[in-house]
Amino acid sequence: MKDDIDTPSQSRMHAATTQPAVIVQGTARCFGDDINTDYIISSRRKRESLDPLVLKDFLFETIAPAFAASVRTADVLVAGKNFGCGSAMEVAVTAVVGAGIRFVIARSFARTYFRNAINNGLYPIECDTGSIQEGDALTVTLGTTITVLRQGASEPLVAAPIAPEVLEILAAGGLVPYLRERRTF
Amino acid sequence: MVGMTLSEKLLSRSAGKPLRAGDIGICKVDYAMGTDGSVPMALDYFSAMGGTRVFAAEQLLFALDHYAPAPSPKSAMLQVRIRRFAADHGITVFDVGAGIGHQIVVEQAYARPGRVLVGADSHAVTYGAANCFATGIGSSDLAGVMMTGEVWLKVPASIKVNLTGRLREGASAKDLALSLARKLGSDGAAYQALEFHGDGVATLDFDDRLVVANMSVEMGAKNAVFAADAVTFDYLSARLAGGACASALARCVEAALYADPDAVYASEITVVLDEVEPCVALPHQVDQVVPVAQVSGTPVQMVYLGTCTGGRVKDFREALDVLMRHGGPAPGVQLVVTPASREIMESLARGGELADFLAMGAIVVTPGCGSCCGTGGAIPADGVNVISTANRNFKGRMGNATANIFLASPRVCAASAVAGHIIDPRALDDRAQPPKSDSPMPAQP
Repeated sequence: MKDDIDTPSQSRMHAATTQPAVIVQGTARCFGDDINTDYIISSRRKRESLDPLVLKDFLFETIAPAFAASVRTADVLVAGKNFGCGSAMEVAVTAVVGAGIRFVIARSFARTYFRNAINNGLYPIECDTGSIQEGDALTVTLGTTITVLRQGASEPLVAAPIAPEVLEILAAGGLVPYLRERRTF
Repeated sequence: MVGMTLSEKLLSRSAGKPLRAGDIGICKVDYAMGTDGSVPMALDYFSAMGGTRVFAAEQLLFALDHYAPAPSPKSAMLQVRIRRFAADHGITVFDVGAGIGHQIVVEQAYARPGRVLVGADSHAVTYGAANCFATGIGSSDLAGVMMTGEVWLKVPASIKVNLTGRLREGASAKDLALSLARKLGSDGAAYQALEFHGDGVATLDFDDRLVVANMSVEMGAKNAVFAADAVTFDYLSARLAGGACASALARCVEAALYADPDAVYASEITVVLDEVEPCVALPHQVDQVVPVAQVSGTPVQMVYLGTCTGGRVKDFREALDVLMRHGGPAPGVQLVVTPASREIMESLARGGELADFLAMGAIVVTPGCGSCCGTGGAIPADGVNVISTANRNFKGRMGNATANIFLASPRVCAASAVAGHIIDPRALDDRAQPPKSDSPMPAQP
């Protein structure tokens, strides 16, 4: 599952670029444009519990009531533009992580969702998702660039680069391990 | 050297080094606001980070506004946890009933020219009306501020919004905000700042600017910011009462920042304020905006006046003016009034407006987020059409996924309450004649 990559000669190095690429397989679970955080998890749910393992059972209940019962840990969320718009509530990320999902691929993200994803170690992968269909087998490669290969496609989709400073937080596993270790930015 | 935008200047000052759009800065935060919707998770993150004492208690503000009052034992206990933590650390708490955190940050002049504020709630963008950089963050970032006093921010490119002319009678800042949402779309300002310019800015009062800044996040904006002018300083002067007012105001004037004339913008748009018409956002997207006439006749069963967008004194006065002139809400319409803060509610009580609302059968809810996000307040029944002064109309937003939420100005909401269906207030004034359209439209557009 590992693949050696060239070590780039960047002046600014970070953990993710110095480690070998990681390749992960997953199944696409597709949503459309403008999926707001209330659709990911209804804000009234966080009133009763903040536990991701409880909240995961209510994922997408408003727009896809069958999703929570069918989600598997190898699933990859796929969406159109502006994923995670609306409220900045972080349960919209932790409930996804609670379901065992590690990657969200979208044409674009709302900035608060992107930040929250980084801070919780959920990979927000920004690329053109138009060709991905529900149930597609996807291969995500995390290296100097992040790519997504759809089974049967000849070329992988290349994700927009994430700033090195931000990638450091993601590579640390999120803001908690990052600040626990460093105590400061 | 090319000039700088307001956001570039604000974040450069905060980071202590020159920053340009696209740069990432470690920014010192003047104030960070959290709510009962976001602080409990922040406390978990803070603890997991190994936090014991907060970096600076005086930069933190906790507002108990999402569960006001607590609708369940568990939400009540979330608030207990926040109060205990705040007491242990000396953090200011605005307790249940004080109002929406965003409104309090503005009312109590925490938002001032030149400052950087973050709020663990997306509508923190509201504060940009006061010439500060203000943006929404999540609970983990709030925990980061509690640990370090800082937050990393990518400096946004800016969209220059030129406002010309003046809003006509009957059109309001909410109509301007909805028009911008239609123009830009739900992500048209994603990762960018909205910076307001033009002779039209001076015609907007401070509350108007709060409405426009508040709704910038519905276009994906990272922040919205206005230059400081006489309107800003008059507002601050009124808020900074007491002996130290003059010196505090002088500091605000000194700290105010202005974009350079040769600043570089990602794009530029112009809005002629005279052309802004009363409009309505249709369920379930904020950028699906149409002139009121297009949905005139759509029946409504619930009318919501409140929120950090439309819950200020001016909003209630405008709504009440329409309601009083036309005999109050129609039978079968539930009118819900939720002042954005206690101060606003007290002002409405002193002015007699609160009594007027009560006399016409309005349901008055504790100042706070109320019904807006379905965490408290009045929940609409199945299939109900709601017209609301709020900022979001997502399916299920108010706690019932079968309700349809239309967004409009206080006047349009009030007129719709009177008629029992969506209607332009100007059409209501000609009520001797039959309404333009009396065939009820289907609830689902």
